[in-house]
Parts: sequence; structure tokens; C-alpha cells
Amino acid sequence: MAPVMDGDLIRQDAATLSAALASGEVTSQEITQACLDRISQVDDEVHAFLYVDTDAAMATARDIDSRRAAGQELGPLAGIPLALKDVLTMRGVPTTCGSRILEGWRPPYDSTIVEKLRAADVVVLGKTNMDEFAMGSSTEHSGYGPTRNPWDLERIPGGSGGGSAAALAAFEAPLAIGTDTGGSIRQPASVTGTVGVKPTYGAVSRYGLVALASSLDQAGPCARTVMDAAMLHEVMAGYDPRDSTSINAPVPDVVAAARNADVRGMRIGLVRELGGEGYQAGVREQFDNAVRVLTDLGAEVVEVSCPHFDYALGAYYLILPSEASSNLARFDGMRYGLRAGDDGSASVEEVMARTREEGFGAEVKRRIMLGTYALSSGYYDAYYGQAQKVRTLISRDFAEAFDQVDVLISPTTPTTAFKIGEKVDDPLAMYLNDIATIPVNLAGNCAMSVPIGLASEDGLPVGLQIMAPAQGDDRLYRVGAALEQALLDKRGHALIEEVPSL
Amino acid sequence: MCSWSKGSKPCCKDEVMANITREQVQHLAHLARLELTEEETEHYAGQLSAIVDAVERVSEVAADDIPPTSHPVPMTNVFREDVARPGLNRADVEAGAPSWEDDRFRVPRILGEE
Amino acid sequence: MSASAIQRMNYDDALAAFDPVLGLETHVELGTASKMFCGCATEFGGDPNTQVCPVCLGLPGSMPVVNGAAVESTIRMGLALNCSIASWCRFARKNYFYPDMPKDYQVSQYDEPLCTDGFLDVVVDTEDGPREFRVEIERVHMEEDTGKLTHAGGDTGRIHGADYSLVDYNRAGIPLIEIVTKPIVGAGALAPIVARAYVTELRDLMRALGVSDVRMDQGSLRCDVNVSLAPAGEPWGTRSETKNVNSLRSVERAVRFEIERQAAVLTGGGRVIQETRHFHEDTGETTPGRSKEHAEDYRYFPEPDLVPVAPSAEWIEELRGTLPEVPSARRARLQAEWGISDLEMQTLVNAEALELVEQTIAHGVDQAAARKWWTGEFTRIANEQGVALADLGVTPAHIGRVEALIADGSLTDKLARQVFEGVIAGEGDVDDVVAARGLVVVGDDSTLLAAIETALAEQPDVAEKIRGGKVQAAGAIVGAVMKATKGQADAAKVRSLLLEHLGVDG
Repeated sequence: MAPVMDGDLIRQDAATLSAALASGEVTSQEITQACLDRISQVDDEVHAFLYVDTDAAMATARDIDSRRAAGQELGPLAGIPLALKDVLTMRGVPTTCGSRILEGWRPPYDSTIVEKLRAADVVVLGKTNMDEFAMGSSTEHSGYGPTRNPWDLERIPGGSGGGSAAALAAFEAPLAIGTDTGGSIRQPASVTGTVGVKPTYGAVSRYGLVALASSLDQAGPCARTVMDAAMLHEVMAGYDPRDSTSINAPVPDVVAAARNADVRGMRIGLVRELGGEGYQAGVREQFDNAVRVLTDLGAEVVEVSCPHFDYALGAYYLILPSEASSNLARFDGMRYGLRAGDDGSASVEEVMARTREEGFGAEVKRRIMLGTYALSSGYYDAYYGQAQKVRTLISRDFAEAFDQVDVLISPTTPTTAFKIGEKVDDPLAMYLNDIATIPVNLAGNCAMSVPIGLASEDGLPVGLQIMAPAQGDDRLYRVGAALEQALLDKRGHALIEEVPSL
Repeated sequence: MCSWSKGSKPCCKDEVMANITREQVQHLAHLARLELTEEETEHYAGQLSAIVDAVERVSEVAADDIPPTSHPVPMTNVFREDVARPGLNRADVEAGAPSWEDDRFRVPRILGEE
Repeated sequence: MSASAIQRMNYDDALAAFDPVLGLETHVELGTASKMFCGCATEFGGDPNTQVCPVCLGLPGSMPVVNGAAVESTIRMGLALNCSIASWCRFARKNYFYPDMPKDYQVSQYDEPLCTDGFLDVVVDTEDGPREFRVEIERVHMEEDTGKLTHAGGDTGRIHGADYSLVDYNRAGIPLIEIVTKPIVGAGALAPIVARAYVTELRDLMRALGVSDVRMDQGSLRCDVNVSLAPAGEPWGTRSETKNVNSLRSVERAVRFEIERQAAVLTGGGRVIQETRHFHEDTGETTPGRSKEHAEDYRYFPEPDLVPVAPSAEWIEELRGTLPEVPSARRARLQAEWGISDLEMQTLVNAEALELVEQTIAHGVDQAAARKWWTGEFTRIANEQGVALADLGVTPAHIGRVEALIADGSLTDKLARQVFEGVIAGEGDVDDVVAARGLVVVGDDSTLLAAIETALAEQPDVAEKIRGGKVQAAGAIVGAVMKATKGQADAAKVRSLLLEHLGVDG
């Protein structure tokens, strides 16, 4: 049989690895070992991982190989390694959420996502770095030091899921999982030249996902190709009775959509409010180019207006801190995690306050106080209450837009990767990174970031965001795969191949 | 004009209208059980004021007749059967606890009322 | 407990000057098999921290799922209290920090309770006979219980002086239903007993519905008492809230104490402080809780991890059909069936004997006899021993057996009392006691006559008196015979045999 793979093991995409495993061309142990070796080689510089579960990963790979050899039928992702954002619980494995307040904590239970990964025989390599409790756009707010962008180690890999995106871009793993509350999957994907998807809210179980903002959070697939993301999406998504906000409906056939990859006759809307002033020239240039490609492929691209998107950032930075301030109250040093100041004479109040002061970083404290303020008596109506109304307006904007078009597109982020340290002390400037990604979290529908090129000024990756209606996740993959293929044909190779060697 | 304010109100380094005082920050820190330093209290007062200014523009838009959205998914009545099933082993519970005595979580002294 | 005595005004004087206004908040712990938001068991008294899971421990990443049976119970409770049931409502988070709170917020309901605007009618005894009060219900809503704290290192087991505390989360997450009354006005001097009657009636209603054990001693029924005084004719005063009210009697005592205390404060020119107070069982007094620097701001917002509860009209009607006969209706029915007066029914209720009487009748005992035993002899003994009627050790089955023995002549009423005495003392079943103590009616004529003759011989002048017309002198002989037979003779029979023997009409 002709070999499926061409080149280094670590540079293969998951779809190719899946075929190679099925044909016996390679074993899971070989792939897993190659990834582990790569991690040893580059992760001191990249710092994508907080924890590498070496022995368990190899044991899982070994078990899968022997079952496959014994003739057992295995799923399409069986034996393929994956990097897991450290915000998802995994029994017995350290889960820190990028925070010192959970240093050393090993959960006594698996998140539903991990249960599904185990059932699908995916090999979890370890836990990836993130902004503390998913609050951030650069991974600089991790309690364990930043992750670096493989495209330029002086630059941020995006956030909050910078570790997962960097692991992909550094070829440390073919698959990764992130979580997206305001863009934390899509923005890192955009600045690292990888693919990231925020599924429809409720499509993927949040049981075991340490909550940031409960009405906004959603876990999603991260990969180097659209098809890989689709395969992972299929494994991750699905109804979970342990999550009351879980959608009890079949998962759209995203793999078929990625294979279909045909945009002829589709109507694509350009969101007027997302783009233009405030967006880096090189980003706009690449975006305009991608729009031309889509038109050439047979799609009809029109401009639509979503006027209330201008208020999305404000609403988001009221809703998120409010819910987060409540979700993070449980970290008080009483039942798990860090306990500080318990010298035998301090009161419980003092110990709680000292623990949280020492265990939380500045961004987390800032948002907790902001949320406490927005919810406090006398302020609720003006802040949280108002923000929830803006949410309604944004949902209506989307609904009206999707009456006219099948998907919406925009640049994923206003800029390419900025330098580490550049915005970390300016919260408002940092928050602006999410301006294009936030509306989808507020409305609860779905979106994907696909890499479309490198900005001319700095040679750094640019991402295009595709947005679809709730439960219309398949449309993301159809458009994303089409665009990806067309650009690959033009370029002659995948964009990620241009990442500098580490 | 920064991207926070494509509308009419100034924000950011322009005229700051929300004034979150040190005392307010102390009150918020108490409600949130955060033992801030003096320096932090000052610093956060300034930053929070700026952020609140920026987000305050949400009040420009929403009229009274717009219903708030608390849940993006329009579901109701999600219930489970009233059946007891085993939970965690106590050993697992104890393993994560910062302090444990007599099969219970040990916590520092509580002042005042029950 | 307190170093200085708390000033109290004489109760009657207080009521002359002020109108008490009450508010009662009761929490009912449901008897569901699993917790409110997770599948953990709810058994009382389990080994600490063995009925917990990621959800009720509030572990990072955990998520709640609503127990449908708890919603059902709450709707039934609301319907039984004549409430309106919301067609759509949500849970809300009540945010505050305390070590018995696994998430440092409690999932509860805020401005959208499941049930609103109901009432419960209660009857209290007054000098002028029974009087009915309608207590209006503001709301009934769902929430979750907290863990249980024990305090270590101090003397008393209470918080003050403790060095540290221990937490058991078995109880955390058990469904708790809160019932809040609207202000209860116009009870006047009857306020303490109206409060008690309300909690009692509520308890009986919950039992009839089968939603909870409602045991105040186990914490499945808890009551917080709010009292304020209005100077006669003026608007309401400031209220105090009293917690740690752990029995029906304590409800009454706490209300009474607060009236007396607040009256003393107001009469002395002071102001009543809005505060939470703690009731002390031993002294019957309330003392202030720790005053707080900052007022609690619970920052309520709709619970984002749960979706709204929207019971359909069909479901509500279906549940309405499952409501049992409410206690007041049951009492009215039984009163009519037994043909007894309001006072007689009230006596039964006050003695907490109604159900016992019903059960005794079910064992074939006549209703008058059943009532007589329970409200007479057994109430007296229970009061002497300081136990509840139901805990005496006498069962309806026992009474059934005894009455059967009386009916067939084996026992007299007097002997029956001795039998019950033995049963209560734990000597065994009715038949066991009869046998062990030899409590059989001595009914054999020849035995009785022999005893009569012996007695007559010992008191020779009595026979003369009786024959002379002083029939009541027979009592001395009857008494002597009763003594000789250890009370086991049928006194009436002895008397008639005696008179017959003497040839006198009795």
C-alpha cells in the first residue's frame, strides 16, 4: 500500500495520521513518542505546556496499539495525540486553570469532554498554558509565565488559550482543545496561523469546564486544518444530561461539511462594523484578498450592518466579570487548592481574603471587582441589567443578518500578534483584541477562525472569522474548508509550513 | 477616537466620568474577600474607573421595552429524576482538602453568628 | 448566658401600649431521595462527607441539574397554601462567603419565586373560645441547604470561643423550600400562640402532603421569627429577626420574649435595632448576633447554569389533583363524624392526639373511649414524664386490646390503668402485663362473697348501718374488698353482691 504520510510525523495532520494508523503504516506509540520528543525539544522556549502526562500518554498509546493489533474496531481519532487546555478537569492530573490558587490540585473527576476523549481513544499529552481562569487575550496573565508564539518567540500567542494554539503551531500536537468565552480559541488561532472553532453555545458539555462566564463559555476544537477540527468537533460535541444548558439535538455533520467544501451559491455577509478603522492595514489586506477568493469560488459577498455590535465590548465587559466574580467565589481555601495565612489564630474571613489575594493575579482581581461592582445593589440595573439588554439587541442583529446571508465574515482580530509586554499593563487596550469575536459569544451562535495569510508589514499570521447561526456549525466547516483549499492551491502549501523552525 | 467609543461619549484617557474611589474599592474588595494592599487599592481605583467609563455606553442604547437575555439558549424545564446514586469516595474528597480532621474539612475560626 | 439581665416589660402592659406585627420564615427540608441539584443521597445522620459529589461540593467545573421531584413538591406545597404558581420563573444566585457554602453562593430564587400570594387558616384557643386567623403567605420558593458546621476547641460547642470549625457537606445541596408570610397583624395578645399555631398547622400540612419529615428537632423544619411593635395607632416599628427557634414551644416563647423586650426598649425611650438575634432554649431569651460592619449585599442575578422553570397549566392541575385532604378539612370532617364540639376537637388538637385517636378507632375502639384515654390518662402521664404523647410507649393497638378485654369483662377501667402503667414502663405487651402482674378481674361470685364476708366480719357495725338505710356505708366494705383483691375485683359487682347478701336494695 502506498504510504499515506509525507515528511515528519509531527507535521502530519490528524486526518492523515488517522489513515496511517488504520493502515498500519504507523503506531500510536510512534506518534505519541514523536510529539513527546518534540515537546522536550521546543517547549522550554515555547512554554505551551504546564503539565506533560508522559507515562499515562504512552500507556494509553500502547493500549490502543495492542487493541488495534488484536483486530478491534477503533474510532477515527483513536491513537492520535491531543493537547488539553488546563481549564478542563481530568481525574488525577494537575488542573491549574493557569492560576496559583489551584497549584497542585488534581481533580477527583473527569470532565465530560475528557470522558469523550477517553472513549474515542484520543491520547491526551498534557495540559496547556492559559491566561489565569481564561481571563485574557495574550496568555501573559498566566500564573506560570507566558507562552510564546512559535512564529516569533518575542510575541504573544493570543489568549486565553495561547498554550493550545502554540502547541499546534510548534508541531507539539496535531490536535488541541480550547475554550472560548470572548474569543479565547479564535483569537489565538488567528495569531498563530491555526484553525479554532467556537461551537454553538450548548453544543459541547460544560460539565468539568471550570467556569469563567457561564452564559458565554464554550469548549471547542483547535487544529492545523479545518478537517482535523471537524473530526475533533464530532468527538467533543453532543448532549450531556449533566449540563442543564446542553442542547438535546444531534450534532450537525461537520465532517461531511468539511469534505463538501463548496461555497457556490452561498451568500456571505461582510459585517460593516467589524473592520475598517482600528484594524491593522496588513490584516485588512489579507482579509480583502480572502473575500476575492470566496467570490471567485462562487459565493456572493454582500455587506451587512449589525449596528449594535458597537456595544458588544461594553456589554461583554459587564456580563463576563459579573458572572466570573460569582464563579470564582468558591476559590476560598476551604475545600481545595491554596490556603494562605492559616496560622491558627487568623479568622476564616482573614484566611479567605489572604488566600485569594495571594492566589489570584491582577487581571483576575480586577475583573472580580468589576463584576462585584456591576452586580452590587444600586448598580445592577444600570450595568448588568443593561448589558443583558444589549445582548438581546445583538442577537436580533444576527437574526436579521442571517435572514439575508448564510454566514458572516470579518477579520478575527484587529491586529497580528503583538509583542509580549506591550499591552499587559493597559487593560482597555488588551480588551480591544476581542472586539470582533465577542458578539458571537453574547448571542450564543458559532464561529471559526481560519488562517488566510501573513500580514505584509510583519509577516505574521492573519485569521478570517466565519460566523454562522446557532446549530449551523456545519456552515463554518463548509466555508472554512473551501477557503483553506483555495488558498492552499494558490500558495502551493499550507500556511503553517511557513512557521520558522524552532 | 478609540474603538471603545465610536459613539458620542469620551472615554479612556479623555475626561473620566465614573469615579470609583479608594473607599469603594475597599468595599468591593471586602465583598469579594480580597485582601488588597494600599498600592493595589489605589491602582485598581483608577483602572476600574476607566473601565466603567468605557462600558457605561451600554446605557446609551437599551430602551425599557427590550427584554434582557440571561440565557442564549431558549430552553426551559430541564429536570432530572429523583434517584440517589453514589458520589465521591471520601478518600478522594480528603485528598484535595487543605486541612482535614475527624472526617471533615477543618476551617479557621468563624467569628460571630451561626 | 448573658451577664446583665435583659429588660422586659410585663406582657399585658406591653400589649396595652403596642400592637405586635409578626413575620414568620420557615424552611422545609424536602424528603426527596436525592439532592436539589445532584444525585447524592439525602439520608439524615450519614457518615460525614460520604454523601457528596463534585456538584454539591462545588468543585471547579461542576454544574447543577434540577431535581424534578423537588419542583413538584414545591408546586404542591404552593397549591396547598392557596398560592398562585408562576408560569415562568428562574433560579438566582445569592452571593456571600461562609465556610458551610461550597460555592460561596447559594442557588435560590429572588424576584421570581415559584409560588406567591397564598394563605393558611389557623385556629387558636382564646378565653372566648376558638378563634380563626388567616395567615397570608407572601411566597414559597426553592433553594439549597448548606453544609453542617461543628465548632471545636471552645467550651460550649458554639461559635464564640471556638478555635476552629469542622464542616460536613452531606447536608449541602438538600432541597430547602422557604415559606415566607406577609406581615401578620391584628393578633394582639394572641400573637405568640398564633405564631405557634401557624407553624404547627404548616407542619401538619407538610406531613399530609408527604413532602418532608418536618421535624424541628432534626432540622427538617426550621423557623425564623420576626417581631416588631407598633405603638397603638401608629405605623409599624422596626423588626428583629430571631433564629435558633427549634421547637413549637420555642416559637411561642421567642415571640413573647421579643414583645416584652422591645416594649421595654421603646417605653424606656430607646429604639429597636434591626438585627438578627439568637433564641436560647434554656432561658427563653434572645440575645443579639454579631453586628456587621458592612451590610450584606447578596448581588442577586439569574443563575446562568440553569434554565427557567415553566410549569404548564396541565401539570399544575395534575398536581392539584394529588393534594390530600388538608388538616383543617380533615378536622372538620372528623368533628362531624364523631359528633363532638369545637372545644372537644380543640382539646384533641392541643394535646396532639388527633391522629392517635383516629388510629385507635381503626383498632375497633369507640371514639369517645379513644378520646378519653388519649386526652385524659395519657396526656396526664405524658406531661408528668415530660414526653410527647406519641413517645409514651402506648400504641393504638394496645388500647384496642385493652378495650376488648374490658368489653369481655376481663378488665375493669381501674385495672386497665394498671395495665397501661405496665406497658408504659416497658414491661411488655398488654397480655404480658396482665399475666405478669396478675391483673385479672376477680369476678367469681364465691370468691367475692368470701371476701365480702371477711370484710363484714372485720367491720361489724357497717352491716347495721347499711340495713338501717345508710347505703353509702357500703363503700367501706367495697373498699376493703378491693384492697383484699388488690383492686382486681369489679367494684360495681362487689357492691351489688354485698347489698344482695345483706338483703338490701341498692
